Amino acid sequence: MTRKGSPFKGAMTIAMKEAADHMTSARMHLIMLLVMLSATGAVYGAIGRITETTAEDPFLFLKLLTIAREPLPSFAALLGFLLPLVAIALGFDAVNGEYARRTMSRLLAQPIYRDAVLFGKFLGAMIVLAVALLTLWLLMTGLGILFLGLPPSAADVVRGLAYMAATLAYAGVWLALAIAFSTMIRSPATSALAALSVWLVLTVFWGMIAPLVAGAVAPIDPLDPMTMVTQYETQQAIARLSPQRLYGEVAAILLDPAARSISPLFFDQLQGAIVGAPLPTLQSLLVVWPQLSGMVAAMILLFTLAYVAFQRQEVRA
Amino acid sequence: MSNRAIDAKGLVKRYGSTIAVAGVDLAVNAGEVVGLLGPNGAGKTTTILMLLGLTEPSEGSVRILGKDPLRQPLEVKQEVGYLPDAVGFYETMTGRENLAYTARLAGIPQDLARERIGAALDKVRLSGVADRRVATYSRGMRQRLGLAELLMRNCRVAILDEPTSGLDPQSTQELLALIQSLSQHGMTILLASHMLNVVQSICHRVALFNKGRIGFIGTIEELADRIGGGAFVIDVEAEGVDLSTLSARTDGVKSVVPGRRGHWLVEANRDVRPELARLVVEGGGSLRNLDLRRAQLHQAYNRYFAEVGHDA
Ligand SMILES: Nc1ncnc2c1ncn2[C@@H]1O[C@H](COP(=O)(O)OP(=O)(O)OP(=O)(O)O)[C@@H](O)[C@H]1O
Ligand SMILES: [Mg+2]
Repeated sequence: MTRKGSPFKGAMTIAMKEAADHMTSARMHLIMLLVMLSATGAVYGAIGRITETTAEDPFLFLKLLTIAREPLPSFAALLGFLLPLVAIALGFDAVNGEYARRTMSRLLAQPIYRDAVLFGKFLGAMIVLAVALLTLWLLMTGLGILFLGLPPSAADVVRGLAYMAATLAYAGVWLALAIAFSTMIRSPATSALAALSVWLVLTVFWGMIAPLVAGAVAPIDPLDPMTMVTQYETQQAIARLSPQRLYGEVAAILLDPAARSISPLFFDQLQGAIVGAPLPTLQSLLVVWPQLSGMVAAMILLFTLAYVAFQRQEVRA
Repeated sequence: MSNRAIDAKGLVKRYGSTIAVAGVDLAVNAGEVVGLLGPNGAGKTTTILMLLGLTEPSEGSVRILGKDPLRQPLEVKQEVGYLPDAVGFYETMTGRENLAYTARLAGIPQDLARERIGAALDKVRLSGVADRRVATYSRGMRQRLGLAELLMRNCRVAILDEPTSGLDPQSTQELLALIQSLSQHGMTILLASHMLNVVQSICHRVALFNKGRIGFIGTIEELADRIGGGAFVIDVEAEGVDLSTLSARTDGVKSVVPGRRGHWLVEANRDVRPELARLVVEGGGSLRNLDLRRAQLHQAYNRYFAEVGHDA
């Protein structure tokens, strides 16, 4: 089958409309307010702890994002938890909302491919997420300058931006999930609930589920010490099925130049290494490359799922 | 190039075990207005969706202006405007913004679009509310906005699915006038409707859908003729005779139905007015009026479905 004209014809038009819709929707304003407030709280707490202790750190601005002060989590942990909610809010009714409003058949009767609708919706929401994240990061940096009284270093900025890009990929996973649900479930309320359930399981309960499953899959034999390693590795593998875990690992490495590895280091790996010496940004990126590509792969997989479902769908509501 | 605007052959659509369309052939010439009629669930909307390429036929083929909607969807959709039944718009956008959005999707340059949108909104008398959010529109206003979209798109073929549902009589008349003016500008129009008087007043031909097939396609006169009525309906007003017995033997007369006192409705397959006049006079009665009418679609329709029987 040969198709003339780009499958993306109209995708940009749809993306811009979607982005404008999101930016003006009360739903988005509310959830962004929630994120801004808690982020400010987290960073403010971090500032307090930093000024209490020492200011002799070359990566102060990264510390802003990783240090937690009870009872608030760190900025990075907070994003890992709340960002999925933002992405779900942007995507849960992307496709079924068009059916509910009875606009789908009119939309698809325009001279565009179906592809453009899905790509446009995804792109539009990603634009909004990127804008929101950038705003958030600038705001937090501003807060840091204000209270720490010094500008961020170049390394701070480079690492911060790399971290923001990774954060966008993380949000993309959840957005793709929400859009997939919005394609496969006809009622927007149900698809929102489905996406929220996955979020709850993967962010809140996964930490408990992973060891349980690992214990069942790879039991420890008291006579064989290697089984302990096997169980640990199994548990890690299962835990990493949660994008939040992957994101947490990426954030830990990118925001902490001294961190060298995600898993516990064996002694020979540390030989010759200067403990506590900062790693170049590129090296840090290489360390988390598997996690990053894992998130991107998950995003592509979920999007493909939505794409296939949408292409086969009957237009009539 | 032939002047076939729509040419569908052997269309079949199955949803699992249900057969929505069981074999439809439909040929519509350029500039024609064809009405799609039939009971609920007869397969009109499904056929329309297949014509547009929005649903893939299980069997059969479609050509719209010589193009295949499945292989050349963009070319086909560029030329074909579609007004779905119960059309929806983005509620938080104004009527004008909704049209501007579809104009962008259709690739109409901005200046031209602005001009055409203004003209289209004028034509459907929505200019006054064009900058209000669609959420505040009544059903009829939405329907008219849908028609404005078709006008703005400037298509060669328009497919309308129950465009008059939910419209008040005046809006219906206006909509009909609009559709008629589109047709006069050479647009080919396919119109699904349950309002038989609407169809009668603007369609050149009708297609009767029944259980996923087109049971009949042709002019209303042909339909009346085919189902045992007549293409010619003559309203006779006379006194002093019983036309029912008199005219039954006249050649060409299909039926005589007594109406109000002194009125008969004679159906025939030719103009039998001279014979009727002679019968009345020879029978010693006095003739008051002879009125030749077009065959009535609703009569033919009812009779057709009484004949073939339907279980919708
Ligand atoms: N997605 C679907 N899955 C299963 N059956 C369907 C589907 N869509 C339509 N049908 C069936 O196909 C048949 C034809 O439906 P269609 O909507 O084409 O009828 P219609 O002539 O447009 O009716 P109406 O006058 O009520 O609009 C119906 O029996 C309907 O139940
Ligand atoms: Mg229908």
